[in-house]
Amino acid sequence: MSEIPTDLHYTSSHEWVRLEEDGTVTVGISDHAQEALGDLVFVELPEVDSELAAEEACCVIESVKAASDVYMPINGVIVDTNQALVDEPEIINSSPYDDGWLFKINPADEDDVGQLMDASTYEAELED
Amino acid sequence: MLIFEHTAAGRKTKIQAPETDTKISDIPENLMRKTSAPLPEVSEMQAVRHYTSLSQKNFSIDTHFYPLGSCTMKHNPRACNSLAMLPGFLARHPLAPDTCSQGFLACMYELQNMLCEVTGMAGFSLTPMAGAQGEFAGVAMIRAYHDANGDVERKEILIPDAAHGTNPATATMCGYSVKEIPTLENGDVDVAALKAAVGPQTAGLMLTNPSTLGVFERNIEEIAAVIHKAGGLLYYDGANLNAILGKIRPGDMGFDVIHSNLHKTFSTPHGGGGPGSGAIGVSERLKPFMPLPVVTREGDQYRWLTEKDCPQSIGRMSAFMGNAGVLLRAYVYMRLLGREGMQRVAEFATLNANYMMAKLKEKGFQAAIPDRYASHEFIITLKKQAKDLNVTAMDFAKRLLDLGYHAPTTYFPLLVPECLLIEPTESEAKEALDGFIEALVQIQQEAETDPDMLKAAPYTMPVNRLDEVRAARQLDLSWGSSRD
Repeated sequence: MSEIPTDLHYTSSHEWVRLEEDGTVTVGISDHAQEALGDLVFVELPEVDSELAAEEACCVIESVKAASDVYMPINGVIVDTNQALVDEPEIINSSPYDDGWLFKINPADEDDVGQLMDASTYEAELED
Repeated sequence: MLIFEHTAAGRKTKIQAPETDTKISDIPENLMRKTSAPLPEVSEMQAVRHYTSLSQKNFSIDTHFYPLGSCTMKHNPRACNSLAMLPGFLARHPLAPDTCSQGFLACMYELQNMLCEVTGMAGFSLTPMAGAQGEFAGVAMIRAYHDANGDVERKEILIPDAAHGTNPATATMCGYSVKEIPTLENGDVDVAALKAAVGPQTAGLMLTNPSTLGVFERNIEEIAAVIHKAGGLLYYDGANLNAILGKIRPGDMGFDVIHSNLHKTFSTPHGGGGPGSGAIGVSERLKPFMPLPVVTREGDQYRWLTEKDCPQSIGRMSAFMGNAGVLLRAYVYMRLLGREGMQRVAEFATLNANYMMAKLKEKGFQAAIPDRYASHEFIITLKKQAKDLNVTAMDFAKRLLDLGYHAPTTYFPLLVPECLLIEPTESEAKEALDGFIEALVQIQQEAETDPDMLKAAPYTMPVNRLDEVRAARQLDLSWGSSRD
C-alpha cells in the first residue's frame, strides 16, 4: 500500500499539494504515482514566472515505461523548481513527498488548496 | 562483440578499394582529412562472419511468432517482393520523365485508387515516407484547410487518452495545442467529455479505430457529428486498419483524412526503422491540399501532378515521390488479395485475436475489457500477478523470449496497468496461437512456484535482462566514448 501523508492535499491526476507558511504552494507527485510510473529517467520542469491555470500540463516526467504530464493543481505562478531533479530524477522515486518535490507556486487564491482532495478522499479514489 | 574489437592495427582488405594512378576525387585538398578515420581494421572474412553472426541473432517474423500489438507484424508474401524488384522497376531512375515511366505510374495510379476504394476516401497521396510523416501531412492539411477558410482561431486538437504517442507529437509539430479526451471503462471515448471539450478553438480530432484498447469505437458516427458541427475535421490514425479491411471504411465513418502505414498493413517487412510509407487519404474538401506529387491519368497517359496543378498543396514530403519499393509491394499485395481477400485479412485477424482472448480467459488470465469482442488485438492485464506474486508484465515478456516468442507490446496503452497488448494477425495457424497460449500458462505456473527465476529472465538470449533504467539515464551509443 502506498504512503499518503494526511497533511497534504491531492488531485485525481496524482499530484500532491502543500500550502507552506510563507503562502507558497509546493507540488509533487504522490507515492502511488511514482510507483505506477516506475524508475524515473527524465524530468522537464516548468519555467519559473510562467502563469498557469489549474489542470494545465506544466511539467513532464518520464520513466522507462512512459512519459507523463504533471498538471497545475490550482491557478498560480511558478516561483521555484527543484533543480536537483534534472540530474537525479530518481529522487522522486526515493522521496516523493520531501526531496522529490517538483515546483512551487504563488497561488492566485490560497483557498483553492482547500478545495482539493484530502488524504482519505484520495485514498478512497485509489481503491476504486 | 563490436567489430572494432576485432581490429588488428594495419590490417586492410585492399581488394575492395580501387587502385589507380589517376586522381579520382575532386574534393579540394584543404577539405581532405589529415588523419585516417578510426575504422575497424579487419580482414574481409572477419567482416563477413561478424555481420552474418549478427544477422543470425535476429528475432523476426520469418523465424518466430511476433504478436506485437498495434504494430501488425504479419507475413509478407515473397511474391510482393519479387514483383516489386522486376528490373523495370528497380532500374527506373526517379528523375526519368513521365513518358518513360508509364508502367510505374500506372501502378501508382491504381494503388491510389485501390486505397481510396478500401478506405472510402476521395483522394490519396503516396508521398509520405513513414507513418509519422503521414500523420504530419494529415494534420498539416487540416491546418491548411482552416487557414484557407480564414479560420485561424482554431488552435486545439482533441486526442483520446488511448491514442498512440505520435498523435499528440504530430499535433504539436503542426503548431497545435493538445487536449486529451478520457476513455470510458468499456473502451469507448467519453462522448460527454468530448462534447464539453469541443468549441470554436477545435481544429480537429485524431482517433484510432479500432482503438489501441483493441475495441471498435461504437459511437464513431456521433463523435464525427460532434466534431463536424463544431467546424473541426476528423483524422484517422491507420495503425489498426488491418482489423477492418474491406469491412468498414474510415470515409464512411466520417473521417476527413487518414494515413495508412502501408508497410504494416500492405506487405513490407518492418520493425527495423524503415523504409516505410504513410500514404495519406483525404475527403473531397481536403483534396486541394494533398502533398505532392500525386499521379493522374489523362486519356491513356499518366503523369505526376505538381505545384502548377495544385497551388494549395502543403508541398513535398521528400525529394521524389515516397518509397517506391514499399508502394510497389503494397500494390502487388492488394492485387493478389483482391476484394474478397482483403475481407479475409480482417476476418482472420479478428478471429485469431478473439480465439486467443477467449482461450486465455479460460486459462484464468484477465482481459482488460472482458465483456467486449476484441478487434484484431486485445489486452490482458497482469495487475493481479504483480500484486500477489510480484511478477510484472515485463517479467512475463522477458520469459516469453526464452520460450521462443517475441513479446507482445508491454505497458501500452498506458490506461491499463501491467498490460500486454497482443496482436496475432491473420498470418498465424491455430497451432502457433495455441503454442503461445501454452507458453503464457507455463509462465503463470512459474510465477506461482518460482517467481525469482522470472525476475532474471531471459536466459537463452545473446544478452540477459538489460538495465533499462541505466540505458535511459546514461544513453551512450558511440563506440569512441565508451572506449575512453
